[in-house]
Amino acid sequence: MKRETLDVKRRGGQVLVAALLLLVAGLGQSWLPVFAQTDIQTKTPLAPPQDVRVFDTPSDGGGSLTVIWSPASYDSAAAKYQILFSEGTTAPDPAAMKVVAEFPANQRYVRESKWPWWTRPATGEQHQFTLKSGKGIELKNGNSYSITVAAVLNDDRVIAAPVQAMPEPNWINWNQMNNLILALLFGGIVFYAIGTARKREIFLRRIPGLDAVDEAIGRATELGKPILYLTGAHDMSDPSTIAAAVILGRVAKRTAAYETDLLVPHRDPITMAVCQEITKQAYLEAGKPDLYKDDSNFFITSDQFSYTAAVDGIMLRKKPAANFFMGHYFAEALLLTETGASTGAIQIAGTDSDHQLPFFVTTCDYTLIGEELYAASAYLSREPVQVGTLRGQDIGKALILCVLGVGTILATLGVMLDAQWPKLFLDFFRDVK
Amino acid sequence: MIFLRRQVPLLITLITGIVFAAQYYVPHPASEQMLTSVTKWLQIIGGFALVLGVSSLFHVHAVKIRRKEAGWGYSFVLYVGMLGTIAVGFWTNGKEAIDGTMTAFGWIYNFMMVPLQGTMFAILAFFIASAAYRSFRARSREAAVLLIAAVIVMMGRVPLGEYLIPISGDLSQWILNVLNASVRRAILIGVSLGTVALSIKIIFGKERSYLGGGKE
Repeated sequence: MKRETLDVKRRGGQVLVAALLLLVAGLGQSWLPVFAQTDIQTKTPLAPPQDVRVFDTPSDGGGSLTVIWSPASYDSAAAKYQILFSEGTTAPDPAAMKVVAEFPANQRYVRESKWPWWTRPATGEQHQFTLKSGKGIELKNGNSYSITVAAVLNDDRVIAAPVQAMPEPNWINWNQMNNLILALLFGGIVFYAIGTARKREIFLRRIPGLDAVDEAIGRATELGKPILYLTGAHDMSDPSTIAAAVILGRVAKRTAAYETDLLVPHRDPITMAVCQEITKQAYLEAGKPDLYKDDSNFFITSDQFSYTAAVDGIMLRKKPAANFFMGHYFAEALLLTETGASTGAIQIAGTDSDHQLPFFVTTCDYTLIGEELYAASAYLSREPVQVGTLRGQDIGKALILCVLGVGTILATLGVMLDAQWPKLFLDFFRDVK
Repeated sequence: MIFLRRQVPLLITLITGIVFAAQYYVPHPASEQMLTSVTKWLQIIGGFALVLGVSSLFHVHAVKIRRKEAGWGYSFVLYVGMLGTIAVGFWTNGKEAIDGTMTAFGWIYNFMMVPLQGTMFAILAFFIASAAYRSFRARSREAAVLLIAAVIVMMGRVPLGEYLIPISGDLSQWILNVLNASVRRAILIGVSLGTVALSIKIIFGKERSYLGGGKE
């Protein structure tokens, strides 16, 4: 009983302490912001924003101005900055200028902007705002405008001296120089790899889908049935269509050698014209120009589902022994391949459309996934230029993989050690990518 | 002749390739204007090329009708449909509606083309079911993995599935956001590098087979 009484007493004491703590915490929570505000109001007098600079936004097509100013001691969620705007070259009355933007004073820092480190016009802790046409203002290239920044805290409002600036279009986008340097670097690697491939043989891993090309054409020859080859939904401006057309040349050469019929229905007339030339050349190279038919490449329609219906009809009526689906595809992918599968044809697909890959993988016998479509030409021809390009791509991938690995390790270390230094490297990678 | 068939196209490819690759780095309105103009030119050339395509279509189906090949009736339907639509299009000046009233051309589009396209798209649902049935039969280890992943994702994406197996929602999100997204990104990196490499080869004339093959 005694023990119980003691427990109750202890529990009562604990409850009292907890209640007191809660009260203190609650009071602290509710009063802290008030204290904080009072602190800003009493200790930090509101001064006009300092070091206001206004200039044409660099690396853009014009019609935009950037404002930069220094952080102030009153920067907080309670205080606000306003961007003031006025047209014309005469010095305006700051109080009469139009407010075009207002935001909390602890936002809009240079470090939060999309500028990479090599084009940042100020240090990361400076404030920045980019003014563009729209929302009641229009910035015209070559016209002069007055811009300034006002700081607002409760009923107080102080305005910096207006600065004049003129938006201008720029000829070079320095923000994308990383892209250009990486492209040139990659181009250099590709040309180096082509040079290497000319000197010595480079190993190519097996691609079952391409090994099966001969098997598919042989099967069609044995059955006396045609081969159906599709070049995808895009036109000749798409690299996947060009890759499909290049592979068509290799396939046509084999069909010419085996004297098998080739059917190539098209969605784009220009692609059709290009593929006709490629097929003709392939038959010429195979020594069978007399077997070439202009009608083997034919146009159906540019409409997605009309084309699909027509090709499905060809599959069901002519029952091709082999179907090739190369290039880029959309929703028609499954409609085509499932119909082809129902006719019992051997099906080989190659696409860079990642959203259609599952359909190709499930319905086709072999699928060239993504870059394998671009590798097909090298694999089938074994020409040094083609194989060297493949090697160049592999080196590029190895570099990207290394950066990914290093980035993952740095990000993990940053979280584990609660350190800031990995962020410097990660920001560098982010800007360079 | 070789000069016109090979050197000139390669020279045009080199110049336009470099100019339009550089255009990406030039934000000036003049650069944007050039791109817009060339895009319009491409559309115009595409319009002329359509004549090439339609003549091919007419030729192929005319041969089928003349030879009475299997399914020549469909070719006849194609001729009637195409010539009929062109005639109606000219008659209504290519307008689908005049003063709010649907024209015959609009009727063909809204009550023939749209339902037919909708029907084709709807067939996709049945094709997905039949493809899934064939793929998800656990004949191999890979197919079994596919089956399990697909079941989890399907359960996680429908309210009833998440109600029956509460963990399926989080699990399907994890499969989609981690496994699926990482593989997709890996594929996209490979595709992007392949695209850049092919473009470099074409611009600098290393890849010429699109001009009609052959090494000259």
